Amino acid sequence: METITMKKEKVPSTKQPRWADLSLTNEKLIKIFHDMLLIRRFEERAAQEYGKGKIGGFCHLYIGQEAVGVGAIAPLREDDFIYTAYRDHGQALARGLEPKGCMAELFGKATGVSKGIGGSMHFYDLAKGFMGGWGIVGGHPPLAAGTAFATKYQGRDSVTICFMGEASTNQGVFHETLNMAQLWKLPVIFICENNGYGMGTAISRAMAGDDLYEKAAGYEMARGAVNGMDVIEMYREMSKAIDRARKDSLPTFLEARTYRYRGHSMSDPGQYRTKEEIEEYKKRDPIETFAAELISSGILTESEIETMEEKIKDEVQEAVEFADASPQPSIDTLYENVYA
Amino acid sequence: MAQLQIREAINQAIDEEMEKDPGVFIMGEEVAQYNGAYKVTQGLWKKYGDKRVIDTPITEAGFAGIGIGAAMAGIGVRPIVEMMTWNFAILAFDQIINHAAKARYMSAGQFKVPIVFRGPNGPAHMLGAQHSQALESMMAHVPGLIVMTPSTPYDAKGMLKSAIRDDNPVIFMESELMYGQKGEVPDGEYVIPIGKGDIKKEGTDVTIIAWTKMVAVALKAAAELEKEGISAEVLDPRTLRPLDDELIISSVKKTNRVVIVEDSWPFASVGTEIAYRVQALAFDYLDAPVEKINSADIPMPYAENLEHEALPSVEKVITAVKKVLYR
Repeated sequence: METITMKKEKVPSTKQPRWADLSLTNEKLIKIFHDMLLIRRFEERAAQEYGKGKIGGFCHLYIGQEAVGVGAIAPLREDDFIYTAYRDHGQALARGLEPKGCMAELFGKATGVSKGIGGSMHFYDLAKGFMGGWGIVGGHPPLAAGTAFATKYQGRDSVTICFMGEASTNQGVFHETLNMAQLWKLPVIFICENNGYGMGTAISRAMAGDDLYEKAAGYEMARGAVNGMDVIEMYREMSKAIDRARKDSLPTFLEARTYRYRGHSMSDPGQYRTKEEIEEYKKRDPIETFAAELISSGILTESEIETMEEKIKDEVQEAVEFADASPQPSIDTLYENVYA
Repeated sequence: MAQLQIREAINQAIDEEMEKDPGVFIMGEEVAQYNGAYKVTQGLWKKYGDKRVIDTPITEAGFAGIGIGAAMAGIGVRPIVEMMTWNFAILAFDQIINHAAKARYMSAGQFKVPIVFRGPNGPAHMLGAQHSQALESMMAHVPGLIVMTPSTPYDAKGMLKSAIRDDNPVIFMESELMYGQKGEVPDGEYVIPIGKGDIKKEGTDVTIIAWTKMVAVALKAAAELEKEGISAEVLDPRTLRPLDDELIISSVKKTNRVVIVEDSWPFASVGTEIAYRVQALAFDYLDAPVEKINSADIPMPYAENLEHEALPSVEKVITAVKKVLYR
């Protein structure tokens, strides 16, 4: 198991923390840190369980991208909606889907968040506004715009956020969606998680143009790039976008520049990247860097972080045991829920 | 009772359901200010305005997906999405098949997708290959979808009301050539349930199974056959998925002979599925193999004579009926 080396500062800093203007309580900051750490440990364990054959098919890990998911989801309300692609475990956990239910879903058990019917790519929890979990690259953005359409139609000020990978922004329907979102002023926020690689293809080989977020310029949509390895910057930019969506019912396109440490999925040996490149990005690890800030701001101590680590380790262990002990769905359920 | 065109019957269904339920809205190309490419949505924009009758850009995949996402939110929004023709809806198949049809199942029942995709399907007149495709079998192939094909104003209105009220994604396939067809429509509220077929003409010697435009062809053939003392029963399934097996088999048990006529390509057509079911469920009742008449297995040509040759006809139905009667 990876350990995080905490950076020590001898004297606590007296300058204002970067988040001073964001009205974040200590509790909220600690939760943000906790959620990133939980996702990291959950995903590391999922990789191990996949290796043991407990998880089948595709398993796309969020390791390295935690700041994007947590930073984007933390400022949301309960009545907001979230869509994402198939790299969905991180966003699901950030939204409050329980590790037990998520691990059980990975194991294909009846106690999973989608009762074992969905699998890794199809986590759903409508009650929590977690709309999944979609397998067709670039296919789900119009769904997100549609949900935003619905909340506006019903006179609500809810927002819908839509995560997607950078490679999906080359798909046709992504452009159709941006056009209609801006044309019809839909309260939807598009977060492009640019981790530099569409499966094994580096972005420079797949995308014409340099600044991905400028794709939104053609639609005159509010847009920008944000450091996706920095959870506070994510929170900051998302807050602005959420404000724009709630108050003006206008969409935003955010390009979150991030990195995944592991392959595209468990089946990917990652031969298209160098070890050096991965190590460079690890130096900017979102969890490590945030931990250092929280420590230097006096919000968490090293020992509190260690305690948190132990608790998370137990929680993940419990999730695996729960998933192991749970039954597969009954064969009788094969034909259930094809129709309402 | 009123004599309505099919387009008027469809218009009434949409209007009545929109009036009854503020969550129902319609979107599509030219549905609002143009009053519909085929004038089906005539007057609706004037009555309901921009919020509920929405002109979309020409982006079928995008607005199909938006409709699906609106339905999935589960907050009472029930979209009707007009496809100008089902030929163009092929662009939206990823959204319909990978999202609308699967959201409920993949989520183990969390999502409902109360959406209707409607528009004209199948060959019209001299529109050429890309504008003449009958795609009901492609949609009926997919679990999670409901596929409905009305052939009269009465059927169209009652079926569309059921479709709009249903919580599942419904593929509602009309026909350009039939929009002007008139028929009796009762005043007052009525619905036709999903999955229920209809005997359009009773008979004893053969069951002719047909839907949309082919119902009229079957009825004309039946009238001709009557003159020769052959009593044909014309059965309109009305819903293609789920099929009304009970009605079909009870008819087959009565007549012992089946001719299916559909203006779609032959390979894996809905008629092929019906033929399979007939022999699986009523083999011992058959006195002849099932006959199936389709459009020619070619892209549709433009020249009028070639198009005519490619399509099913009254003559072809009569020939098929006589074949199963060994006459």
